[in-house]
Amino acid sequence: MSANPIFSRRAFVGGLVIAISLPGCKPSPKSSGELKVIEPNAWLRIGTDNSITFLCDKTEMGQGVYTALPMLIAEELGVSLEQIKVEFAPPGDQYINNLIGGQITGGSTSVRDGWEKLRKAGATARHLLVSAAADEWGVDPRSCKVANGVILSPQFKKLTFGEVAEAASKLPAPKDVPLKPASQFTMIGKPQRRKDTPSKVDGTAVYGIDVKLPGMLYAALAQSPTLGGSVKTFNDEKARTMPGVVAVVLTSSGVAVAADSWWRAKKARDALTIEWDAGPNAALNDAKITQMLRKGAAGEGRVARNDGDAAAAIKGAARVVRADYELPLLAHATLEPQNCTADVRADGADIYVPTQVQQIAQATAAKAAGLDPKVVNVHTTFLGGGFGRRLEVDFIPAAVEVSKALKKPVKLVWTREDDMTHDAYRPPAFDQVTGAFDAKGKLIAWNLHLTGPSITSRMFPSVTEKMVDPFAVEAAANYPYDVPNVHVDFQQQEIGINVGYWRSVSHALNCFVAESFMDELAVAAKKNPYEFRKALLEKQPRFLKVLDMVAKEAKFGYPQRGHFHGLAVMEGYGTYMAQVVEVSLDTGPNAGKIKVHRVWCAADCGQQINPDTVVAQIESSIIFGLSALLWGEINLQNGRVQQTNFDSYRVARMTDAPRIDCYVIDSTESPGGIGEPATALVAPAVCNAIFSGTGRRLRSLPLSRHRLA
Amino acid sequence: MTKLNVNGNAVEVDVDPETPLLWVLRDTMGLTGTKFGCGMALCGACTVHLDGQPVRSCQIPVSAIGDKPVTTIEGLSKDRSHPVQKAWIEHDVPQCGYCQSGQIMSASALLEAKPKPSDADIDAAMAGNICRCGTYQRIRAAIRRAAEIKSGRA
Repeated sequence: MSANPIFSRRAFVGGLVIAISLPGCKPSPKSSGELKVIEPNAWLRIGTDNSITFLCDKTEMGQGVYTALPMLIAEELGVSLEQIKVEFAPPGDQYINNLIGGQITGGSTSVRDGWEKLRKAGATARHLLVSAAADEWGVDPRSCKVANGVILSPQFKKLTFGEVAEAASKLPAPKDVPLKPASQFTMIGKPQRRKDTPSKVDGTAVYGIDVKLPGMLYAALAQSPTLGGSVKTFNDEKARTMPGVVAVVLTSSGVAVAADSWWRAKKARDALTIEWDAGPNAALNDAKITQMLRKGAAGEGRVARNDGDAAAAIKGAARVVRADYELPLLAHATLEPQNCTADVRADGADIYVPTQVQQIAQATAAKAAGLDPKVVNVHTTFLGGGFGRRLEVDFIPAAVEVSKALKKPVKLVWTREDDMTHDAYRPPAFDQVTGAFDAKGKLIAWNLHLTGPSITSRMFPSVTEKMVDPFAVEAAANYPYDVPNVHVDFQQQEIGINVGYWRSVSHALNCFVAESFMDELAVAAKKNPYEFRKALLEKQPRFLKVLDMVAKEAKFGYPQRGHFHGLAVMEGYGTYMAQVVEVSLDTGPNAGKIKVHRVWCAADCGQQINPDTVVAQIESSIIFGLSALLWGEINLQNGRVQQTNFDSYRVARMTDAPRIDCYVIDSTESPGGIGEPATALVAPAVCNAIFSGTGRRLRSLPLSRHRLA
Repeated sequence: MTKLNVNGNAVEVDVDPETPLLWVLRDTMGLTGTKFGCGMALCGACTVHLDGQPVRSCQIPVSAIGDKPVTTIEGLSKDRSHPVQKAWIEHDVPQCGYCQSGQIMSASALLEAKPKPSDADIDAAMAGNICRCGTYQRIRAAIRRAAEIKSGRA
């Protein structure tokens, strides 16, 4: 069951967990006797003091799970959102994300994974509490009502959850508790204030970088400037004599300096003299990567979709359109640099870490400490941005190794430069796409041959042993248009460095190709891009709805004078989306510079939980996609990343932010993911607008590479 | 020992004089609301007020502060009652929230200087603060709202 010692003391009674006086639970001042806390399931603790704690099994990195997930509980439990206190859950199999297969926050799955199980968790707890109250009153539980954590009998007697908690813990768990139909929702779908906002406007929210333990040392780390390199020899003579320096430790990730303040640790780190073994990437550069991908593209990839016979249809077609698209490496650039605080002792360890992968973090720390994972506690903090970067655990081992060596708690913090030059970058791509028309001008074939490195083959090799990397063919394998012959394949071509999951993963790569090319096909067919898509989406009602909605709201095709419109659509994470952008080409001193003035986005993400967060995530994703589109690229020279900080890796600022208008379809379909999809549409939509304005088709990004004047 | 006036409190800190104010606030004084983002005054996460002006605390050695008062997010109000904080809550601006202390310090300084900022004023005052979650639209709306609250048009 659980690997965490906090949970090993639990007694399982008919599926009901009773944990009396959990470690860390102090009796509240009001309680006369001993505070007792029941755990009706892995997500809930209900105290005899009426406290209700939700153990949030997903990481809060801005996407709003700290609010949306307790909403799912509150809806069925019968409490207000304010009554629920949120804590981050420890690692444990009970928190495995059913959509991914590990305790992972990613893939826009948090609400989808919790949709049934968290409502059931709330409903089950409510059933037990109401049954206990009904037993005490000798009434039918079905005659009782619940509001704000108070149970009301038909005779208007009242018992609080806390008053019946202990009795409830002795009842057998119900087998199947019915869930409310959508028509009875009182909280789901109604805008709620984010529970984490207050602590994020007064500076009290604790991120990994803010953790402070008694007797803690601070550490800075020198890592190989060449990706994949290692330490050959180092001289720490000067560093060791610098003020505040406690020790210099050779770790598996590089040379770390521990000191009594981070600033002193960093200064001493900069004073180290290190001779590096550059390793296998010593000669790696952008041109080599491009060459590897283009060469690799000659191979036949693993097939992700095969309808009809695209090759034959293309061969016999009246007209064939072909294009190659290329995308660069990208950094995540979370604003909080990577960090980890470790307290390693002989008999166990605690790590405090902003992570999207609690179990992998635990296993990684345990291995670095030489301890059994069972004695390694993982404490998840708020994340200063995730975007997939913190699915990686490369910042954990060094902190653990230094703490182990010095027998003291250690907080290891990367600089921005460390972070920018040691990311697991978004994979580059070289993609070849072909469309074919018959003599009547009907689109009869679509073939997309993708080439690039596979993230999943490194992260979850068991998956790619059996099948094509599912996170390489998104927004391609689900090509939505009504075309009889469709073929999609992915040719894996490694490039020597680690690539990682980056917000919306392959959607952002493949949607750029598919939706840019859709406009190329529309041009070939001499059709309006909106009409061309609409005709091929007739059998896709959810697509049609968002397409029509966004076209209408944006008055697609009728931009302001001197401005241009572009369009893109996509389904990702079970969410249907269409975006229109309005751009202009600067003719002033910044001649050729693209300005994105407005973005309209229509989305059908099924049942919304917290509608304001849905809008916030669309806004956020669009800005994230915009940064990548305008300037995002990581360049390599001799295996070294050339971008080091926000001067050389530019991201969108207030002045770059367009007005964004969102239109979210009211729906009771199962929830779709919303944290990522909008990221992917903005690049093709803007490139389609640029084509509309200039007649130039841009098939590579970022735009800063192209001179448009 | 270096004497400082932080959030209305006179304090003495024993640090190397060239230590940036940011690290004195965070590591020496435990005021972790002010964030480290870039170390080069490029991202604005470390913005505090020095004598009422917004500054990047990662670039100012503690020895250069003198007797000028320093205000951090912790000192902006005791109870999130500053108009900017109120407006930020009303608009649910933060997502990951990491940049927001800096955004709020820049925005509050802007409103002191310009109680009714134009869009161009907002662009100019906020251009130094990066938000990777892209909350810019809400920040703009919340600044307008904070201006209303501040002028009594609640």
